[in-house]
Amino acid sequence: MTSSLDLPVQVGPANDPLLSVDDLRVRFASEDGPVYAVNGVSFELGASEVLAIVGESGCGKSVTAMAIPGLLPPTATVEGSIRLAGVDLLSLSPKELREVRGKDISFVFQEPMTSLNPAFTVGRQIREVLQRHEGLSKRAAQQRAVELLELVRIPAPQRRVDEYPHQLSGGMRQRVMIAMGVACGPKVLIADEPTTALDVTIQAGVLDIMRDLRTELSTAIILITHDLGVVADLADRVVVMYAGMPVEEAEIHELFAHPQHPYTNGLLRAIPHREKGVEEVARSRLAEIPGLVPSLRSEPDLCPFAPRCPRSTEICVSLRPPLEPTRPHHPTACYHPGEDS
Amino acid sequence: MGSYLVRRVGTSALVLLLASIVVFVGVRALPGDAALALAGEERDPAALAEIREKYGLNDPIVVQYLRYLGNSLQGDLGFSTRTGLDVSQIIVDRLPVTLELALLSLLVGLLIGIPAGIVAALRRGSWPDNVSNGFGLLGLSIPNFWLGLVLILVVSVQLRLLPASGYVPLLENPVQNLQRMVLPAIVLGTGLSAVLMRQMRSAMLETMSADYVRTARSKGLSERQVVLVHALRNSLITVVTVLGLQLGALISGAVITEQIFVIPGFGKLIVDGVFTRDYPVIQGVALVTVFGYVLVNLLVDLTYSFLNPRIRVSGAAS
Amino acid sequence: MRRFLRRRLSVFGLAVLVLIVALALFAPVFGDPGANDFAAVLQPPSAQHPLGTDDLGRDTLARIAHGARVSMQAGVLATLLAMAVGVPLGLIAGYYRGWADLVISRTTDLLLAFPFLILAVGLAAILGPSLRNVVIALGISALPSFIRVTRGEVLGLREQDYVAGAIADGARDVRILRRYILPNAISPLLVQATVTIPEAIIGESVLSFLGLGVQPPTPSWGTMLSAAQSFLSQAPLLAVFPGVAIALAALSFNLVGDGLRDTLDPKATR
Repeated sequence: MTSSLDLPVQVGPANDPLLSVDDLRVRFASEDGPVYAVNGVSFELGASEVLAIVGESGCGKSVTAMAIPGLLPPTATVEGSIRLAGVDLLSLSPKELREVRGKDISFVFQEPMTSLNPAFTVGRQIREVLQRHEGLSKRAAQQRAVELLELVRIPAPQRRVDEYPHQLSGGMRQRVMIAMGVACGPKVLIADEPTTALDVTIQAGVLDIMRDLRTELSTAIILITHDLGVVADLADRVVVMYAGMPVEEAEIHELFAHPQHPYTNGLLRAIPHREKGVEEVARSRLAEIPGLVPSLRSEPDLCPFAPRCPRSTEICVSLRPPLEPTRPHHPTACYHPGEDS
Repeated sequence: MGSYLVRRVGTSALVLLLASIVVFVGVRALPGDAALALAGEERDPAALAEIREKYGLNDPIVVQYLRYLGNSLQGDLGFSTRTGLDVSQIIVDRLPVTLELALLSLLVGLLIGIPAGIVAALRRGSWPDNVSNGFGLLGLSIPNFWLGLVLILVVSVQLRLLPASGYVPLLENPVQNLQRMVLPAIVLGTGLSAVLMRQMRSAMLETMSADYVRTARSKGLSERQVVLVHALRNSLITVVTVLGLQLGALISGAVITEQIFVIPGFGKLIVDGVFTRDYPVIQGVALVTVFGYVLVNLLVDLTYSFLNPRIRVSGAAS
Repeated sequence: MRRFLRRRLSVFGLAVLVLIVALALFAPVFGDPGANDFAAVLQPPSAQHPLGTDDLGRDTLARIAHGARVSMQAGVLATLLAMAVGVPLGLIAGYYRGWADLVISRTTDLLLAFPFLILAVGLAAILGPSLRNVVIALGISALPSFIRVTRGEVLGLREQDYVAGAIADGARDVRILRRYILPNAISPLLVQATVTIPEAIIGESVLSFLGLGVQPPTPSWGTMLSAAQSFLSQAPLLAVFPGVAIALAALSFNLVGDGLRDTLDPKATR
């Protein structure tokens, strides 16, 4: 890394979390009645920490991420609190929120092909965010865009900056997205399935860059993924979500070594030699668990995983289990926690 | 870009060549005898035979076609059998009339259709959306010649605001010209605006839900910038591609609009030609119309490839 | 079906459509469209003539009702003709590709080089004025869109696993087209039909208006408007009723079409 970018790093007071999400609930209005997408999610994110939110598609992890900078469509109702360095984002006006977006909180989306505007050069798309938040002139922003492309290790950045998205490879496009994401030195970078659309070999390169940026820029990252390999590579801590609720939360080694929730166990089951450690886990996908994610037509009042759960008993289908520590610093929402034998 | 250009121009040239055959054969398939039409009052068999010989009507059809094609390429479209005037000259005289009508109508169509489509898409489900949709459906359903009749009835006959019909050349008297062109342009333009509005609306709805619009929002851009910079441009690209096809509707509409408002343009020329069996005129007008139509669609495609960098660089035709 | 019924406008369109079809079917009930009454020409609406009379003293309502027959026939038959020819051609072009596709696609391009009405006017002039020839002219003019829609669908469906599987199993082409491809191409074709019918209805009225379609004394909405043109100041309503009839007929098909599109393709953003 030879770049000499001088990105400002603002870290909140010690012990105070950078971002805290408390009892987040998101409901969508639809033609067939409300959909309860997120039902009470709470977590904290420290400065330059990497938090992974893991779950199957439809578990509410992306909705949670989009809710943080207020990017959900108007059909969504958001309740709870989302505090960034003490400021409640849900109480901000749309105008104030736009100041936060792209500057304090930025996004890297899943599909780099469709997430970049095909009609503009990548340089223009990076410039846009710089001119918006940093008040740079066009020329200065262009210079900065080239530096940012260099930072994400795009070869010949002088030339690439004037190219259109379709002229770049998938991996390069995603690096452009990352460059755009870190352009204004955000406190929090939310990466929604950043490698899912990429080939395995290219994934590694993108993850390398994210890991380096994290140390270099001290940006905290929320990593939304269903890929345990990505989690093992990058994350400090993991929240496992199911049916719009967190079912387990733990530090990464703790989770891989002592999964408590039967759902987490199921996710990890197919991985061989788990006891050998996290490294062995890398590059493995979530195992398929039989059964379907329940529809979210009503707010769950029992354990949503019960219909698919081998440990399910009477209580599971009558009362929703609370998220409480079953091991030190390791809360699990389950009446029958523990590792599979 | 180069190879795409060559291929696209080649296809258009082929279509034009085939179309010239269709026009040639089609005109010969019209009921009636070309020699009889040429002869006018003359009914003497000997004179008819002479005419056949003189105009090469006895030659094999292929020879006739090739002669016609060669002459057409040199701008010689023959002479009107009714008035004896040079068909090329008639076309040069009449073309500006229809072009003016088409441009004014396009203006009306764009000025109403594009903003209405944008507003309808952005305020989906609100009253402006419903009004636009209702307008769009009516525009598709009301035949423009009837709209013309109703406008004449209300504006000219009842209110006596504008002349009902006729034409004054633009250069001769611009005010009188516009007075007579306003109603026809509204008639043709509203139909076009209905189509454009529907297309703009669905294109905007599609781009507004595109991933890159979400990206633009995540950068903290204002809704105005998101719409005007990121969504509008991509929506317009879609609409421009179908604008060329709309030209066909515009020409079709001009045929009947000119008939109703008695405007001496292309449409009136071809219909009058059909009724007076003026074959050289029909042939010439049809040929020039098809030529213009194919040419504009070619230009639209090239504009599209200019607006859409993906095609401009890779040369991939859609 | 529930989706369709939820759209009040589409239900309204369907109701109007049923009404017009009933008008066409029971046209004789409304009287003889050719009965002259020179004692009562250009009459305004009255109890005896609910929509008034024309310049020859003929009852406008009776003529509108009989005109509905012409319009419905022209719209539906022209569309059926375009489908009957266009769908097989589109199937062949999309399924066999190669030179068949080349020939069919170039022919489509060629037809599209002529604006719809120019083509229809030309064909009607060649064929001579009659309802049958109007149907043929409009049917040919509508042909390209059906070829394109069908071809596009087949190209997409060919790539589907179940079709590829059937081809691999050695199923006969006709069977594959009938069993696997055509049923899946029905929805877009149906939607295309609801777009084409109102176009053909308007097309018939234009051709008849110009004198290239149905000939007087046969009542058609187009010829009625053509005749009404001469009496705009004496009997303005004469120019109103047939136009309203055309607009309502076209509108009802467009509304039903919009509803169908919504129902058949919930993803569409309309």
